[in-house]
Amino acid sequence: MKLTPEEQEMLDGKHGKAAQKSMEILTTLGDIFDAEDMVEVTGVQIAGVSYANLGEAGLEWLSEMAEDGKVRVLTTLNPAGMDRENWQALGIDEDFAKNQNRAIDAFAKMGIITTCSCTPYLIGNAPHFGQHLAWAESSAVCYSNSVIGARTNREGGPSALASALMGKTPRYGYHLNENRHGQVLVKINAPIRGTDEFGVLGKIIGDKLVELGKKIPYITGIASATVEELKSFCASVATYGGTALFHMETITPEYNTYSKPTEISFEINQDDLDRTRNQLVDEEIEVDFVSIGCPHASIHEIAKIASLLEGKEVKKEFWITTARPTKKIADEAGYSKVIEGAGAKFAADTCCVVAPIKGRFKGIMVDSAKACYYGRAKNKFKVKIGTIEECIQEAIK
Amino acid sequence: MKLEGRKIYKGTAEGEAIVTKDGISFYGGVDPDNGEVVEVGHELEGQSITGKVLVFPTGKGSTVGSYTMYRMKKSNTAPAAIVNKQIDTIVAVGCIISEIPCVDKIDIENIKTGQQVVVNGSDGIVEVK
Repeated sequence: MKLTPEEQEMLDGKHGKAAQKSMEILTTLGDIFDAEDMVEVTGVQIAGVSYANLGEAGLEWLSEMAEDGKVRVLTTLNPAGMDRENWQALGIDEDFAKNQNRAIDAFAKMGIITTCSCTPYLIGNAPHFGQHLAWAESSAVCYSNSVIGARTNREGGPSALASALMGKTPRYGYHLNENRHGQVLVKINAPIRGTDEFGVLGKIIGDKLVELGKKIPYITGIASATVEELKSFCASVATYGGTALFHMETITPEYNTYSKPTEISFEINQDDLDRTRNQLVDEEIEVDFVSIGCPHASIHEIAKIASLLEGKEVKKEFWITTARPTKKIADEAGYSKVIEGAGAKFAADTCCVVAPIKGRFKGIMVDSAKACYYGRAKNKFKVKIGTIEECIQEAIK
Repeated sequence: MKLEGRKIYKGTAEGEAIVTKDGISFYGGVDPDNGEVVEVGHELEGQSITGKVLVFPTGKGSTVGSYTMYRMKKSNTAPAAIVNKQIDTIVAVGCIISEIPCVDKIDIENIKTGQQVVVNGSDGIVEVK
């Protein structure tokens, strides 16, 4: 890799230990992937925040980096393992809370903004078209590349942190035009509506991409999509297909920028959607937990939940997972009062994927295909997908 | 016999080779407390990689594996060095943060379990004694 004199000095250890370690990570990745040089990034999103995933080792490494490391660009965090204010009411034990806070303190010491959310693009880490980023969090990577048209590879925790401290990332993969062409033409022949249905669609396309060994779908036949529907789709197609970039005709900004495949690779009809939806509903499920907000709920979704819960009483454990800044807007607007008055709980800073809740519940109902995957794989829950309205019906039943 | 590969992480280490044709997932696949491979059905299941020159084709699994490697280094259960056919990002980042000498682009079929091996991560050379 070509390095600037400053980058070489960092690699040689003249700018401290954290800078040297960061540059070692970035130049090694650059060499592995044949990057010619570094590109400056304008924002970073760091994953590996939950103490349940970091463990003592991860925390120790972060603490070492925090000794002399300081971020050079806007950097935010992924969800933590708990609501930082309301963890006790959500059943998190004290030792876990203490360790989780040690991890967040280490991030804060480096100058990272400790909003713990998988939707940084909704709360101020909002890139514009064409900007280079180093983001971890697979759903946000997919959203920023596809929906915004910014450019990032799928980073892991340490490489994202290294980029935050350097303000740079090796120029390879999705940073280059040549790697952003649509590879697989997908035609949708049914109307797609709602966060749950966009999640089902993401699973169909993701599964198919794995089968085909391809990464970038070019999707036609979607008439319109909301921000919430797209974030659900991104989470699902990234979970099931490892997808970091898709193009959606007339909807995503680069749909007309690159070459696209001329022959249809596969079509998706109503019966495909029905069949896949059925795969996301386990037999004999007894729902004792309902969670909305994977990825984190937007203020628009929270407003909708409030209107549906007005005057109702929640009978099951019901979490709305969101970013704390979004929760604050909900507080101001009076939505929180309605939602909490009905007996539902906000779980800010965290989510049903990263919180340590294995064994606490038997069956989870969600509007997210991604949450179904992790509910099964990580927490061994039975799962059921439905619309937001159906989730609320289940919660008050 | 000297094998030339690509340097991934600097430093030199010598040890007994433990070779597998299977990929390794450090997160979930290796017990960081005792250095044993615990992945069910893995060729090395039940064997310790601590202090060995660990030779395998490539890494797999969760990115948390990089942190697991760091934890092993701190608990003195890590391998002395790593040799891969093709490095992946999890093992590369794991070696960097844990300071484990590492070389890839090596024909690992040339190394047999039990042989004494010197890994020179600074020059990308693996010497089988």
